[in-house]
Amino acid sequence: MAAVSGLVRRPLREVSGLLKRRFHWTAPAALQVTVRDAINQGMDEELERDEKVFLLGEEVAQYDGAYKVSRGLWKKYGDKRIIDTPISEAGLRPICEFMTFNFSMQAIDQVINSAAKTYYMSGGLQPVPIVFRGPNGASAGVAAQHSQCFAAWYGHCPGLKVVSPWNSEDAKGLIKSAIRDNNPVVVLENELMYGVPFEFPPEAQSKDFLIPIGKAKIERQGTHITVVSHSRPVGHCLEAAAVLSKEGVECEVINMRTIRPMDMETIEASVMKTNHLVTVEGGWPQFGVGAEICARIMEGPAFNFLDAPAVRVTGADVPMPYAKILEDNSIPQVKDIIFAIKKTLNI
Amino acid sequence: MAVAIAAARVWRLNRGLSQAALLLLRQPGARGLARSHPPRQQQQFSSLDDKPQFPGASAEFIDKLEFIQPNVISGIPIYRVMDRQGQIINPSEDPHLPKEKVLKLYKSMTLLNTMDRILYESQRQGRISFYMTNYGEEGTHVGSAAALDNTDLVFGQYREAAVGAAYAAKRANANRVVICYFGEGAASEGDAHAGFNFAATLECPIIFFCRNNGYAISTPTSEQYRGDGIAARGPGYGIMSIRVDGNDVFAVYNATKEARRRAVAENQPFLIEAMTYRIGHHSTSDDSSAYRSVDEVNYWDKQDHPISRLRHYLLSQGWWDEEQEKAWRKQSRRKVMEAFEQAERKPKPNPNLLFSDVYQEMPAQLRKQQESLARHLQTYGEHYPLDHFDK
Repeated sequence: MAAVSGLVRRPLREVSGLLKRRFHWTAPAALQVTVRDAINQGMDEELERDEKVFLLGEEVAQYDGAYKVSRGLWKKYGDKRIIDTPISEAGLRPICEFMTFNFSMQAIDQVINSAAKTYYMSGGLQPVPIVFRGPNGASAGVAAQHSQCFAAWYGHCPGLKVVSPWNSEDAKGLIKSAIRDNNPVVVLENELMYGVPFEFPPEAQSKDFLIPIGKAKIERQGTHITVVSHSRPVGHCLEAAAVLSKEGVECEVINMRTIRPMDMETIEASVMKTNHLVTVEGGWPQFGVGAEICARIMEGPAFNFLDAPAVRVTGADVPMPYAKILEDNSIPQVKDIIFAIKKTLNI
Repeated sequence: MAVAIAAARVWRLNRGLSQAALLLLRQPGARGLARSHPPRQQQQFSSLDDKPQFPGASAEFIDKLEFIQPNVISGIPIYRVMDRQGQIINPSEDPHLPKEKVLKLYKSMTLLNTMDRILYESQRQGRISFYMTNYGEEGTHVGSAAALDNTDLVFGQYREAAVGAAYAAKRANANRVVICYFGEGAASEGDAHAGFNFAATLECPIIFFCRNNGYAISTPTSEQYRGDGIAARGPGYGIMSIRVDGNDVFAVYNATKEARRRAVAENQPFLIEAMTYRIGHHSTSDDSSAYRSVDEVNYWDKQDHPISRLRHYLLSQGWWDEEQEKAWRKQSRRKVMEAFEQAERKPKPNPNLLFSDVYQEMPAQLRKQQESLARHLQTYGEHYPLDHFDK
């Protein structure tokens, strides 16, 4: 209270000086948007743009979605575009919401055999422009059957595209690209990220803001080591990078954004610059995203630039425990990432 | 929520809980309730007198403990139009199809039969890799197909995808029906349940056509289910259902025609269970003598065959005779052989096509592999039978 009244009493010159110190442009304060709202915005814009797009899933309509991601959409577009489905699980462009991707295992035959393979099996006659979206991976205290990461499972399949947004900008740009894509696309969101606000750059506020599928983003430039990640762990990698920066180690943090098709060019270019690689993911180690990155590095030009073997930081190779202390230690933490980086750099 | 808790505090505990629960139920937006979908009329919540108010079922109370006995001794009756000698039983059910149409039905069934014989043999000779015959079930395919429009969609399997397509057709007001064929074995799959339930709850114009032919590969119906076949399951989902004599082409035709008309007009699913018998093996990978007697097979082949029954009808109408039969057998055999030989002579698709249609647009790494194959063939092409492939 005192701070506010103090601000009001300051002369205008000082206030504008205060403003000038924080921002470099005269635009209003940067817009903060949570990941949930970014996805909602993306779907809203695409529902408005194309009447063939519709959303179906458990509780998506009147309940506004189990995580409120589809809030307000039923009120705006009605029963014909937003449809509740009973639990179990032609020209139209459906967005199919899974309450979590763990439930997609019930429907996985449809996702793989009916969605992913149909265009190929029909010799190009039957496209399947469908989007599967929902929270993926570990949450908090939802235990073994509700915490699995499906990036490796879906990333394995030709015919599918798989994206994994980290922040709000990713979430909006990727959901819009996924909806406009004529192939089946799996969008792996993260429940713990839904409520996190991020700065929304001006271009992200446009109705035509798209993030290309298959292109990674370098979130932080660095010279000593390449750290590649997707989804929530990207945030942990940036935290680790901030800590290490104080010790003189500059990490280049890459946000994959897309699991399939993987943007190996960006990763390879970075490794050829830094000569070191650590991958970070929430999923299990065997046959995972990190394993694929390492294999591809070996198959490409970047291998000759490695000064040390690549290291993978992954979730523990156990079904997710329920006890909080065990759960916390079953997913990669900032200290694990720092440890792996230092080990790779031999410091 | 707060209202319910406050209410519970006010009332006595046991009564209060039920009252609180009722108040909870009344709140709009609570999961699964107070929907705006019209169809399932919810009973007006009047007073607490003795009428059941459960949202899950519309029924009367009963005070006698009685289990419903599944009726498998006298199950759902089987609709038929012709007897085994091809005579119309009830003239008012005669579809009165014109001569050309009935001849087309007959020729389709016999041509299919001829093609089956030739292709089965060709598999045995190693000329094709795999084949499934239709012996004994020709009536189900041809009778139902004859009742559809040219723009209707046919799914040979994929029950849930069929429901999705029907849903799309409804949204587009397309005046199309989707028909999905499956056997009594496939009806035991979990997908069938999802398909039926979605078709009913989403009110889709779809015909579920079940060919109950007695065997799911080697599993006889006595081991497949304990209930009254597949038709009895329809009402469980709220689906209009009928059981027909699958070896009676006219019965199959009539049922499909009416189901099609109503499915499109009323946007609701229909279930037709066509009873028939699988005379042949399940496929070229099966030898059914391992699990059933030759006598049983011969019985159906001789006594109740859809082709024979229609032929009797044609003969009695004076629309067919022995000479036409002989001539048509020769002609249909020649047709199939010519088509087969033409297909055998066709070159295989260009190896380039190995990489296309995985996605709508070819991704970079597939293009690289495609180019790599092209370079390989340029250098070593002489070691490959490239003349058998399209240029």
